[in-house]
Amino acid sequence: MSNLRSPLSQAKGLGSAKEGTTHFLRQRLTALSMIPLLLWFGFGLAAMPVNHATLIATIQHPAVTVGLIVLIMATFYHAQLGLQVIIEDYVSTKSTRLVSIILVTFLCLLLGVIGVISVLKIALGV
Amino acid sequence: MAEFSLPVNSIVKTGKIYKAAAGVKNIKRFIVYRYDPSTGNNPYTDTYEVDLDTCGPMVLDGLLKIKDQIDSSLSLRRSCREGICGSCAMNIDGGNTLACIKAISDIKGDIKIYPLPHQPVVKDLVSDLTHFYAQYASVEPWMKTDSATPPDRERLQSKEDREKLDGLYECILCACCSTSCPSYWWNSDRFLGPAALLNAYRWIADSRDDATGDRLDALEDPFKLYRCHTIMNCADVCPKGLNPAKAIAATKKLMVERKV
Repeated sequence: MSNLRSPLSQAKGLGSAKEGTTHFLRQRLTALSMIPLLLWFGFGLAAMPVNHATLIATIQHPAVTVGLIVLIMATFYHAQLGLQVIIEDYVSTKSTRLVSIILVTFLCLLLGVIGVISVLKIALGV
Repeated sequence: MAEFSLPVNSIVKTGKIYKAAAGVKNIKRFIVYRYDPSTGNNPYTDTYEVDLDTCGPMVLDGLLKIKDQIDSSLSLRRSCREGICGSCAMNIDGGNTLACIKAISDIKGDIKIYPLPHQPVVKDLVSDLTHFYAQYASVEPWMKTDSATPPDRERLQSKEDREKLDGLYECILCACCSTSCPSYWWNSDRFLGPAALLNAYRWIADSRDDATGDRLDALEDPFKLYRCHTIMNCADVCPKGLNPAKAIAATKKLMVERKV
């Protein structure tokens, strides 16, 4: 059956969602925060002797604990925001799009929480 | 989900070759996309050998020579033949542009001509731009004012404010930009595309307009505006040399500005 809705009505669709700027801004802010964090993490890791005891001792340093937790949170938040954009771009079937976004959000949250708890476990020595 | 191959009835086949008359020396081959939905046949490309010694300098001259002298069944839109009406927008040599201001001499080898990408084809090089025009209409491209009209004169605008519209008002709505944008290909049902967004910003930037906030409200949407990922194909192809990506970036900047 042909679509009898006017072209203007189809173009307007469901109207503006009145959001998107927060997502856009947070994606850029998390990216910005990850530049120094990843540099610190990368160089720190490279400079460290490969040794379990040293690694544990380093992570237990309060500044390192905080840095790692912030890095993990920024990474997985950024990953969730970015993956959502990619899914919205390329997955056109509405149901697949919605399910994919939900799964990616849950997965990023899960991985982030696992990361933070792991750091805390080492930091607190429990 | 994604489709990685064309449906069988969309595969472009090879059509006829229209040879130039014997003795013609300066030949250019035009390979032109042909499609007639009423036949139910696949699209195909016809090859026309055009005598450049008796042809004007632009691609449009070549196409009109084909239509007038070789094959009158070829369909295309054209009007002003000087780059101001936007009718003859098509994909020439792999890029969207206006046939009337694209010189034949700029193209090395055969000239491949297709309709604007990712639009429904009415016939041959004529694409259906109904949705594109409706999206333009949806940004309400006219002045909206709450303040009273001055009784004795026009609404004034400073020279500086007028200059802010340069690079925006020149858009001729040829659709080269929007149909070259991958984000528009994938999500044109909801993404407004570079042309409509440039025109939306043309009114956001107008100092005489009182509806700036409403206009930003209407655009603030993950799809209508934020599908633009600054790919810049729009600025690359615009036959008028405009930069829709810059206008979209300016719109996003205002969105952030009113939030923080």
